[in-house]
Amino acid sequence: MAQIEATTGGTLALALPFIAAALAPIFKRLFKHHAAWILALAPALAFAILFSFLPSIANGGVIQFGYDWIPAFDIRFSFRIDGLASTFALLITGIGTLIVLYSGGYLQGHRDQERFFSFILMFMGSMLGLVLADDLMTLFVYWELTSITSFLLIGFDHDREKARRGAIQALAITGGGGLALLAGFILIRELAGFNSMSEILAAGDALRTSPYYTAIFFLVLAGAFTKSAQMPFHVWLPNAMEAPTPVSAYLHSATMVKAGVYLLLRMQPALGDTALWTTILPIFGAVTLVMGALLAVRATDIKITLAYTTVSSLGLLVMLIGVGTEGAIEGAVLYLIAHSLFKGGLFMVAGSVDHGAHTREIDRLGGLAKHMPITFVAALFCAFSMGGVTPFIGFLAKETLYHALEQGDAYHVALMASAILGNALMFAAAFIVALKPFVGKLPAAIHHPHEGALTIWLGPIVLGALSLLGALFYGTYHSLFSSPMASAAIGKPVAIDIGWMPHLNLAFALSMATIALGIAIYLGSNGLRRATNRVLDAIGWGPDRGFDQAMRGLLRVSFWITRRLQSGRLDYYMTVTVIAMVAALFVPMIVGKALPVAPEMPQLRFYEWLVLVLILVGIVAVVIAKNRLTAIVSLGIQGFAVALIFMLLGAPDLSFTQFMVETLSVVILALVMTRLKLSPADHRPWRETLPDAAIAAAGGAGFGLFLLSITQRPFDPLLSSFFERYSYAIAHGHNIVNVIIVDFRGVDTMGEIAVVMTTGLAVLALIRIRVAKRNRPLPDPTEATP
Amino acid sequence: MRTIIFRFTAPYLTALMLLFSIFVLLRGHNEPGGGFIGGLIAASAFAIYGIACGVAPVRRALYFHPMAIAAAGLCFAVAAGIVSIFAGTGFMTGLWVFPKIFGTEVALSTPMLFDIGVYLVVVGGISAIALALEERESD
Repeated sequence: MAQIEATTGGTLALALPFIAAALAPIFKRLFKHHAAWILALAPALAFAILFSFLPSIANGGVIQFGYDWIPAFDIRFSFRIDGLASTFALLITGIGTLIVLYSGGYLQGHRDQERFFSFILMFMGSMLGLVLADDLMTLFVYWELTSITSFLLIGFDHDREKARRGAIQALAITGGGGLALLAGFILIRELAGFNSMSEILAAGDALRTSPYYTAIFFLVLAGAFTKSAQMPFHVWLPNAMEAPTPVSAYLHSATMVKAGVYLLLRMQPALGDTALWTTILPIFGAVTLVMGALLAVRATDIKITLAYTTVSSLGLLVMLIGVGTEGAIEGAVLYLIAHSLFKGGLFMVAGSVDHGAHTREIDRLGGLAKHMPITFVAALFCAFSMGGVTPFIGFLAKETLYHALEQGDAYHVALMASAILGNALMFAAAFIVALKPFVGKLPAAIHHPHEGALTIWLGPIVLGALSLLGALFYGTYHSLFSSPMASAAIGKPVAIDIGWMPHLNLAFALSMATIALGIAIYLGSNGLRRATNRVLDAIGWGPDRGFDQAMRGLLRVSFWITRRLQSGRLDYYMTVTVIAMVAALFVPMIVGKALPVAPEMPQLRFYEWLVLVLILVGIVAVVIAKNRLTAIVSLGIQGFAVALIFMLLGAPDLSFTQFMVETLSVVILALVMTRLKLSPADHRPWRETLPDAAIAAAGGAGFGLFLLSITQRPFDPLLSSFFERYSYAIAHGHNIVNVIIVDFRGVDTMGEIAVVMTTGLAVLALIRIRVAKRNRPLPDPTEATP
Repeated sequence: MRTIIFRFTAPYLTALMLLFSIFVLLRGHNEPGGGFIGGLIAASAFAIYGIACGVAPVRRALYFHPMAIAAAGLCFAVAAGIVSIFAGTGFMTGLWVFPKIFGTEVALSTPMLFDIGVYLVVVGGISAIALALEERESD
């Protein structure tokens, strides 16, 4: 295929899934159940474009393109395609194409299928952007987009409580990690001065020797570990199985959970090879590997089993990246590709089994091989790859990683032991999923098991076949995918040459031992399940419970704070507000020695005196008024008088506005007062009203002194002369006030009218709350949560 | 408050005030006035009509929900800003045309559209509150 121009092609590939997501509802309406075939063209085309870049990338080339985004902050919308990004992108678009087809068959007839297509294509676009992004902020935006779209996907069946919980848990954990990652990226940008992955990779040791290395390391790790489900953040992944199976097959095997691994592989040349890196990553990885695999064998739902094996595989990958030697990275890369293929395939198999037999419980499945032959073959292929049997690509991965770990010191021996144990458990889990449902006797409870439509079995069989072909034609496989990927992750060109023909060496012996142990575990899986259950019951607490407790705690604390701050009493709010205002006015004046000096008595004309008298009459009337309505109207008199003063002093605009505001506030206050059903007058004794009076007087005095103090300063005419000069010249208006509002400071006004609008909505909502509800106490939100 | 005289004069008063509010809105760029003050006048007009003749006739006369009017105003204001982007200048840069209508030169501009948006938000927002408060049925 001819090389497509990089910027156009790359941008198109990135945009295609989003375009398809927008068009999905229309296509669904137009093409009914054929829509999946049309929609799958989008990722397929993206795959073709990316594939056309492959020849130059396989030779070590790097394609870069991008656009300026926020030049003032050096933020670009830029991308970089090297071996690592390219292989990831091909997995995302390739498996994505199969998944879209699979969803077409799996969710056929679902009332929200078009929404599902939109969500999964949006997710695909986000994931593609994540692995191709070069600029750190671009990467972060895509990173969070994957969290948000996966939230939508996990909670797709939103009328089920468990789906909603799974969605929120995934969002809280991966979104929280994303924020840590943002902090890490900001540190890298501000303190180390790198804006993009290209700069970071070109800088060599700069980050490792930076004094902020530890902080950056932990923040990036928080992002990667939450996304890639390392213990103890793994809990969201099994709970995300509430999503429809195509989602599990895609997000939770091939893509989203690999985002963290991608980040670690990407940053390994810059952050890796330090004591922190080679200690923390392998420890977390190894624990996740073994625990995940144990939990996988314990589960009885085949989808949950697969979910835990994913956790376990991610642990293996993190462990290998942590070891960080050339061989270990090669092993990680080979395992990552193999895992994407076989796990995507196995999840689809689990979905097909569920579809055909209407259950996923391992105890209630059996004898399906006769009825679902294609699915069975696909399942076996994937399981052989997962179990590391030759000639499947899983075998290449396992040989390489064992080879990388075979060193005499305790560190490597411990890691090797956990790798063998984890792999053996995963071998057993693979065959629990791929063999048990298909052999033995067909249980009576399963009626008419059947193979699904073409779209359903196409995905698993293609992925299974690729797992085989990749190993048979390992030369092509390595030169196009694994070697360029490993070279990019290591930071220098390497060539992987492992083939499917076993050689008699230690790694092969360990491989055989793993398989033997795996078979033993498979046969004894019921016993192991019971034993694990007993242990977990004895402990009785896990990170999943911990998550609920943390969420409940959060609600408790916020409820407690709210109750403390929001008493719900108007007089309390008013008192606090006015006291704060008095403090804000007096403290700076006194501290800054800005108290005004006594002004001279101005020469007033008799009508000006008249207006002043009017103001005083208004105020006195407010204070002595026997009933509230009179007080409100008197307040209006005082306001009108002030408007008159504005008029006399030559500010017609201000005066005009003041008149209207006063009129409306009298009307609205009167209406509110009649609604509140207060007693018509204030009957409190003097000693109770006195403190309020004092506070009110202090507020008035504060404002008076403040205004005096300001007017006694020399006047800076900079702004007024600017506006006088340019108001008509630039903005064609003689009314400076209006020109400022609608033109010079129009964006401010836009914000203000948005506030007016929101306030209106809020007030409407308040008025509509029925009086009866007002007396009921606030419900405790913690009681509503499970 | 619903005296015969008030009820009789209120519609005329409201109509006059509305007319005046539009006058104030349109002259605002060069004389005292503008969208905000115009909106306040119109809102008081509706409030008066509501007090005199009840809320239901006002709602009928308005046809749209006041909040919808406010929302339309906000859209106008935002649109007035966005038009400038398509014209190749920055967001909210004022654009002016001076077409001759019936032989008179009329100044039309995006700031005017923006001011109309402000007017509608103020009318809608405040009328919504005032009318909701005037309604007694929900007590």
